[in-house]
Amino acid sequence: MFLMPTLPDLVCPAGSLPALKAAVDNGADAVYLGFKNDTNARNFAGLNFDQKGMSDGIRYAHGKGREILLAINTFPQAGRTADWHKAVDAAVDLGVDAIILADVGLLDYATRRHPQQRLHLSVQGSATSYEAINFCQREFNIRRAVLPRVLTLAQVEHVIRNTSVEIEVFGFGSLCVMNEGRCWLSSYACGESPNTVGACSPAKYVKWDKQPGAMETRLNGILIDRFGDDEPAGYPTLCKGRFDVQGETYYALEEPTSLNVLSILPDILKIGVRAIKVEGRQRSPTYVTQVTRTLRAALDALRDGDARYHVKPAWQSELAKVSEGSQATLGAYNRPWR
Amino acid sequence: MSPNFVIPRFRLPAFIARFGHKLPQWPHTLALVGTLNAALKLKLLPESELAALEDKLFRVRVLDTGGEANYTFRNGMFRPVFQAQREPDLAFAANLSAFLQLLARQEDPDTLFFNRELEITGDTELGLIVKNMLDAIELPALPQLPLPGR
Repeated sequence: MFLMPTLPDLVCPAGSLPALKAAVDNGADAVYLGFKNDTNARNFAGLNFDQKGMSDGIRYAHGKGREILLAINTFPQAGRTADWHKAVDAAVDLGVDAIILADVGLLDYATRRHPQQRLHLSVQGSATSYEAINFCQREFNIRRAVLPRVLTLAQVEHVIRNTSVEIEVFGFGSLCVMNEGRCWLSSYACGESPNTVGACSPAKYVKWDKQPGAMETRLNGILIDRFGDDEPAGYPTLCKGRFDVQGETYYALEEPTSLNVLSILPDILKIGVRAIKVEGRQRSPTYVTQVTRTLRAALDALRDGDARYHVKPAWQSELAKVSEGSQATLGAYNRPWR
Repeated sequence: MSPNFVIPRFRLPAFIARFGHKLPQWPHTLALVGTLNAALKLKLLPESELAALEDKLFRVRVLDTGGEANYTFRNGMFRPVFQAQREPDLAFAANLSAFLQLLARQEDPDTLFFNRELEITGDTELGLIVKNMLDAIELPALPQLPLPGR
């Protein structure tokens, strides 16, 4: 039996005030949010928080002893750096517990202007080595780094052993090609991508076309996929499309799928991960409720060690249901090669 | 509603849709539009997003009851449209159980969409605005009724 160290924080997403409350009420230790603009990578129509909504949310979370993390995780665009600086200043004024940043220029601004503010390095910062993370600690005093979803468990452990920066990893959510902070696939199709406008495959370019017996998905006119009536659908992104490659039609980049670490949760705890993150600020309060309470139950089951830990079928079916493509994977964590 | 009450996934028999299709569509259209206007009055819908709905034609189709409601938003009010002259800007189609699960916040719209239980056609961005608008509504905390036998 392995006696577990303190449990990692459960960090859950919220795109609206009801989602934030759902995360808090169902056991999130921290909730991450974004402003209603392109300073964050889930800049979708009608989603996210204005300043009033955010102060209400912060009050609610703090009232129950939970943290609010604010994602300003896109890259300042030419001539508009001031907008990103303003977002950082507003986050500090609102009293968020930490700001999640990706851009080194913005990290530099934040640490100089607000030396007391806790800063986290976003997954969009794409730091996969302890050298990169320690550099950001030395230069910008980051307290935590969110690791890209490309590392094996052994590699995550190697990073943790060689840095004093807290390490956060993804525990559940839709997977993409995970070229985080550097992906331009969406721009190839429609000229806009998460790193520029804060949205991958923005809805205005998406068309769901119902045909007899099938549904076609188009992104700015490009046919992404064609689903039969009984086939599960995925998000309309290029990386999850089926394409004709030398006469064969298949998922040329990746299949729609979700990451689910329940089966290796004890290992994630043993190597000293400080926080576990759930993807999905674009999802509804219902999703946040379902995923938060499931991961909370799994983490709580490890409070007294992993001797009796087993993944309950009810947890798996709850998470399988909300998964994109209705299937789950351990992603890179259990990849046998490095 | 009791937290233990779960809306099951069901599909009504096919004859109901054949029959329901022939029934007048105005009662449920008026009920839907009335509900939306009540939500407006209670200021449950974010005003910043409402402008995007102006003059758009919406259609909600319940596949297994054969029911259909067309409505629009004009001058600050939702209004029924009984004889739609054009294709809707945004259309939702699902079986009754999926709509009920959505309304009760028992299932997530993306989940239903991935599982092909909810169909969204037309202006996808408008669909996202409507989805996020519904998600942002703070449902009043309903009094918890005691369960029988407890």
